[in-house]
Amino acid sequence: MYTQALDVHGDAADPADESERERRFQARVDREDKVEPKDWMPARYRATLIRQISQHAHSEIVGMLPEGNWITRAPSLLRKSILIAKVQDEGGHGAYLYSAAETLGVSRDQLIEQLLSGKAKYSSIFNYPTPTWADVGAIGWLVDGAAIMNQIPLCRCSYGPYARAMVRICREESFHQRQGFDIMMKLCAGTAEQKAMAQGALDRWWWPALMMFGPPDAASTHSTDSQRWKIKRFSNDELRQKFVDFTVPQAKFLGLTVPDPELAWNETLQRHEFGAIDWNEFERVLKGNGPCNRERLEARRRAHDQGRWVREAAMAHAEKQRSRAASCAA
Amino acid sequence: MSAASNAGDAQGEREWPLFEIFIRPRGGLDHKHVGSLHACDPRMAIEHARDLYTRREEGVSIWAVPSASITASNPAEADALFEPARDKIYRHPTFYDIPPEVKTL
Repeated sequence: MYTQALDVHGDAADPADESERERRFQARVDREDKVEPKDWMPARYRATLIRQISQHAHSEIVGMLPEGNWITRAPSLLRKSILIAKVQDEGGHGAYLYSAAETLGVSRDQLIEQLLSGKAKYSSIFNYPTPTWADVGAIGWLVDGAAIMNQIPLCRCSYGPYARAMVRICREESFHQRQGFDIMMKLCAGTAEQKAMAQGALDRWWWPALMMFGPPDAASTHSTDSQRWKIKRFSNDELRQKFVDFTVPQAKFLGLTVPDPELAWNETLQRHEFGAIDWNEFERVLKGNGPCNRERLEARRRAHDQGRWVREAAMAHAEKQRSRAASCAA
Repeated sequence: MSAASNAGDAQGEREWPLFEIFIRPRGGLDHKHVGSLHACDPRMAIEHARDLYTRREEGVSIWAVPSASITASNPAEADALFEPARDKIYRHPTFYDIPPEVKTL
């Protein structure tokens, strides 16, 4: 993924050409050509991508916190190793995405600053707590499952660096979802207490997972442009429906009950009907008033501040090595 | 620490330089661009690339190149740059009609 360091020089834009350029850009997107970092793109396309990719990156990084919470308490050495690998993957996903965003002309430090100052958003799902080990299972199964549903179409997104990052991410997410389901299977095959623990986690995560697909289509503000530009290929409601249809049979297999009394199979439409989502809760958590919003941002700020001396020392060391090498050569 | 150079955060901290990472998936194949990362020196770039891009044995060799060292062609000039090859279809073997009875050509 190239960077702002490779920005094109010259190529001065004549404002009169702007609408013609935009028309040609749209024609390219319609042909399914990929847009690459140095290609001309409408300013709003660039801004939309920076917002979406950086929010996605922030979500990966903040997403390490609720699960990292269980690394020291995982029930076996194998589960601990698996969880460490998963959390490390999330950090990796954040890094792939920050570097994809950087190809659009922002620096990673600027983006991180936006996260730490509270200016940038991240997925509100990570503002929920993980009180039991079963929550780690439910996150893998439901949260990563919903993420995959959202992310697979992004592998075909019109912006090349984002699409390529998503291919890599989706490959790794599949492990995340399966390890989560595996935790749920073990708990559901265990004692009555273990099964109750699994049910409790499903009760906590079901509705927040459905909210991950974003507001209903009728209320979604960013969808139209994103669909025209082929950043987004399916609507929020389409993906949410698909997630419900995929997940309900899995819950049934586990012998768990989805916490929605209105959930029913519609034979005519060949899909599940489900109850109304509490969008007030979604708005509340998004606005910073979820159960763990403050805690999550504080943890990120603390890590950033406490790591500052390491970053500075590494840089100073590298500079010293360079100047020594230079003076030896002279 | 000197105040010069790159964009930094609110405290004026400087950003680590960016490297482009290329991975050889296995012996016999070319190194392929996989993405970029920040590191304070080339050795750290290799170590971070190992952690970031080869967690599942995706490679046997890594190249790290400072992004600022790459010279790229300008996409706005791509037409002019690649146009000279466009009308030289005689460079392709399929340009030539060979009678079917002529074999091994």
